[in-house]
Amino acid sequence: MVKFREGDRVRVRDEARAGHIRTPTYIMGKVGVVSRVHGSYRNPEQLAYGEQGVPEIPLYYVAFDAAEVWGGTSSADRVDVDLYEHWLEPA
Amino acid sequence: MSLDQDDHERHDHEADPHAPNEHRGPDTDVWEHRAAALQEALVAKGLVTPDQVRAMIEDWESRTPALGARLIARAWTDPVFKARLLADAKSAARELLGIDPGVPELVALENTDRVHHVVVCTLCSCYPRAILGVPPAWYKGLAYRSRAIVEPRGVLREFGLELAPWVEVRVVDSTADMRYLVLPERPAGTERMSEQELAALVTRDSMIGVARAKEPIGVT
Repeated sequence: MVKFREGDRVRVRDEARAGHIRTPTYIMGKVGVVSRVHGSYRNPEQLAYGEQGVPEIPLYYVAFDAAEVWGGTSSADRVDVDLYEHWLEPA
Repeated sequence: MSLDQDDHERHDHEADPHAPNEHRGPDTDVWEHRAAALQEALVAKGLVTPDQVRAMIEDWESRTPALGARLIARAWTDPVFKARLLADAKSAARELLGIDPGVPELVALENTDRVHHVVVCTLCSCYPRAILGVPPAWYKGLAYRSRAIVEPRGVLREFGLELAPWVEVRVVDSTADMRYLVLPERPAGTERMSEQELAALVTRDSMIGVARAKEPIGVT
């Protein structure tokens, strides 16, 4: 069951976590829009340590305004990041 | 280990003197020794055979950007295939090339005169190796990985690609298990070219998004 759909606004959780996380620090706390739902995949944060990575977690292609991520003047430019569902909350 | 699966674990172990890596000391030989020792141990335990290792290396080295170029050239000439490539690049690659891209998903992103995608992996060096082969050293380097995401227009300018202000730049950070392939714009003046001739215009860099496809010779 996927929690978000295309067009939903989401905020990336701002949590420093150790280990093989696939969420880059620069995107934590930022708000973007889901532009594609990739599907559900085994959790790489666990796979990296020889675990099974189940249950599978929905993965989203999330589009952010470059200005939201880096500051500066607003433009149409974007930063697009793949993010697993447990890193996202509604915004 | 399947092809293209583990870029983010593997990058620490490659002996590539051109790839800056914050985790690696100056002595890269140690990684080669370690890989050799590991292989020896795995063979001794009967977990892999030397022939399997050889076959894997042979497979890796058979992958070149020519595979990706065939996908692009077909997409330029066949709208139905293009739609399929954009909807599900993995099955499109399997159908046209007869190979399994070996990754959870392969995603094609279309560049137009309004939107320009460029791919980076800021966390490691994820790359669609199965259809583009071994990534260039700069793709794995810290400079590209840290700068492309922040100032893509400046980085693209250094690659010789000046984008108009009205073009929307989308930097795609390949953070998870998806692999991205850019579908570059078909160059003008190529209307009469065959699919094979078109494929020769599709470069590796145009499929990463740091360049356009080559202009046909003789077109001004």
